[in-house]
Amino acid sequence: MFRYIVRRLLQMVLAFFGTTLIVFALMFAGRGDARNVAQSLAGERPVSEAQLNAMIQEFHLNEGFFAQYFYYIGGLLHGDFGTSLTGQPINEILARAWPVTAKLAVVAILFTIIFGVTGGVIAGIRRGGILDNSTLVLTLVVIGIPSIVLAPVAQYLFAVKWPIFPATAGADPSLYQILLPGMVLGSLSLATALRLTRASVGENLRSDYVRTARSKGLQPRRVIGVHVLRNSLIPIVTFLGVELGNLMGGAIVTEGVFNVPGVGQYLFRSIRTGDGPLVIGFVSVLVVVYLVINLVVDVLYAVLDPRIRYE
Amino acid sequence: MSDFETVAATELHTATPGPAGNPNAPGQPSDIGVPPTPSAVPGRPRSLAGDAWRDLRRNPLFWIALVIALIALLMAIVPQLFTSADPNDCALRMQHHGPQGAAIFGFDFQGCDVYARAVYGARASLLVGGLAALTAGLIAILVGMVAGFFGGWPDAVLSRIVDIVLGIPLLLAAIVVMGRVPSGHEKTRIAAVVLVLGLLGWTTAARVIRSSVITAKQQDYVQAARMLGAGNGRIMWRHILPNSIAPVLVIITIALGSFIATEATLSFLGIGLQSPTISWGISIDSGRLHMREAVTPLIVPSVFLALTVLAFIMLGDAIRDAFDPKLR
Repeated sequence: MFRYIVRRLLQMVLAFFGTTLIVFALMFAGRGDARNVAQSLAGERPVSEAQLNAMIQEFHLNEGFFAQYFYYIGGLLHGDFGTSLTGQPINEILARAWPVTAKLAVVAILFTIIFGVTGGVIAGIRRGGILDNSTLVLTLVVIGIPSIVLAPVAQYLFAVKWPIFPATAGADPSLYQILLPGMVLGSLSLATALRLTRASVGENLRSDYVRTARSKGLQPRRVIGVHVLRNSLIPIVTFLGVELGNLMGGAIVTEGVFNVPGVGQYLFRSIRTGDGPLVIGFVSVLVVVYLVINLVVDVLYAVLDPRIRYE
Repeated sequence: MSDFETVAATELHTATPGPAGNPNAPGQPSDIGVPPTPSAVPGRPRSLAGDAWRDLRRNPLFWIALVIALIALLMAIVPQLFTSADPNDCALRMQHHGPQGAAIFGFDFQGCDVYARAVYGARASLLVGGLAALTAGLIAILVGMVAGFFGGWPDAVLSRIVDIVLGIPLLLAAIVVMGRVPSGHEKTRIAAVVLVLGLLGWTTAARVIRSSVITAKQQDYVQAARMLGAGNGRIMWRHILPNSIAPVLVIITIALGSFIATEATLSFLGIGLQSPTISWGISIDSGRLHMREAVTPLIVPSVFLALTVLAFIMLGDAIRDAFDPKLR
């Protein structure tokens, strides 16, 4: 286990440097020579030769690619993500956007758990029943619908045609305002959660220990509640963990459509306005979050299921 | 991937006199006689592929998915079959006009025929999805074969690369890369989207093919071929590849569906394909901005996109279920 974690951490470091190097190379490739960059940083103001040189010195613009990458990584590791083109420190924007996205992700995950996991458990126990068959067809449909279809259509149906929910959320959104986008986000992973739970419950129902529990005369309620559920929820927990990681970055479309001022929306807007530093800063953070959550989930898997041993 | 064909092939190879001592060494289960089961069907033995086909034929979802996928394909190749209207023939005075003549779903904000634009949108989507799936499939086969066949340090290096690429979220990476591609010629943008999706989406398939190559490598027919003096290239190409390609085809079919969805998402965000290219993602984005005035410009391309993505995912899913003996 310890060796596994160390190996995974090393892998994560590799992935981190690989990704940031690519992201940085893309940023580096597009901009001109040191003087042009300094000029564009100054905006429209006329800049004297001395000021240009000072800026080149300050931002290390005349140094080589790897030296600049080194400074960028150094800043990143110190928690300094640079400044957006609008002049705001990216740290501040992140601090503002992160709680909103986290709230949205929690709503989405809760929605997935309440409908997906419960539905999957029922479908798994009553295999072949009406609920089972109808949910299977339904999940097949939902699994294929991309978020760019689901988000605008849900917005039209539940906010314009039948105005149950507000169409858009504003700054500092309330829970009610992010309920609809949260449900849209949650329904994207609903189908997978449902199918996974169903398969997992079905598999465990046929296992030896369930037969043993039944044959020693345990009540069916106890067999399912204690023996089956506990064992079948292990893969679901890990799936939800990975999904939480995806939600942090995958909310770009949903947050953009519903105007929720979270991480995804800043990303959405900064892509459109071409705010390079903001895009790169946010992507770096999201990649790190994604990597860390994946690691936590893998370790959690071994903790929850003692049969799994990583070397 | 038929088990019985493998047995037959082994028979053939081991029947040839070779320099090695006893080809019928103990612990080589495939040296048993040809019909291992007294088959219920006389004549041809039942193969895994045959069983799978029997299952598939009875699966209505498979047929529905196949029909939708074929219609989408036809739409991409000859859109003129489905509509006689020109998708670029737009007139602002027709803005949000109701259905009229060939335009059965009315007109959008720019006064373009909604239905015609949705039909012509199939081309870009399937082109990008298909080429990206092809790129991803080729990379996956190459990497998976080399890593699985040679093992050792090539395997270690390639597997680490797979780990790294797998750690990069597809959409985020695509956003960063596409933001850098100069907007301009239609073909460069299509090529850029294909490359981004193909270069980032091959990892799952590569892992699958690696593990099936490792299994295939230890089979008797590979040993036999090596004994007959076949080189690495020939063994990989003629013996291992045909026996380990089936699961990859399934994954690539599903990936095709998700590549189409990702292309539409990138175009929706304004960084994938760009107007004047007709793409469902672009149509959905402009439709959603004016949904209070007219809703068909949003709904029609949405339905086209969802059905196409769904068809490919369902197709791959049905084939995988049919080939998975555990689910029988």
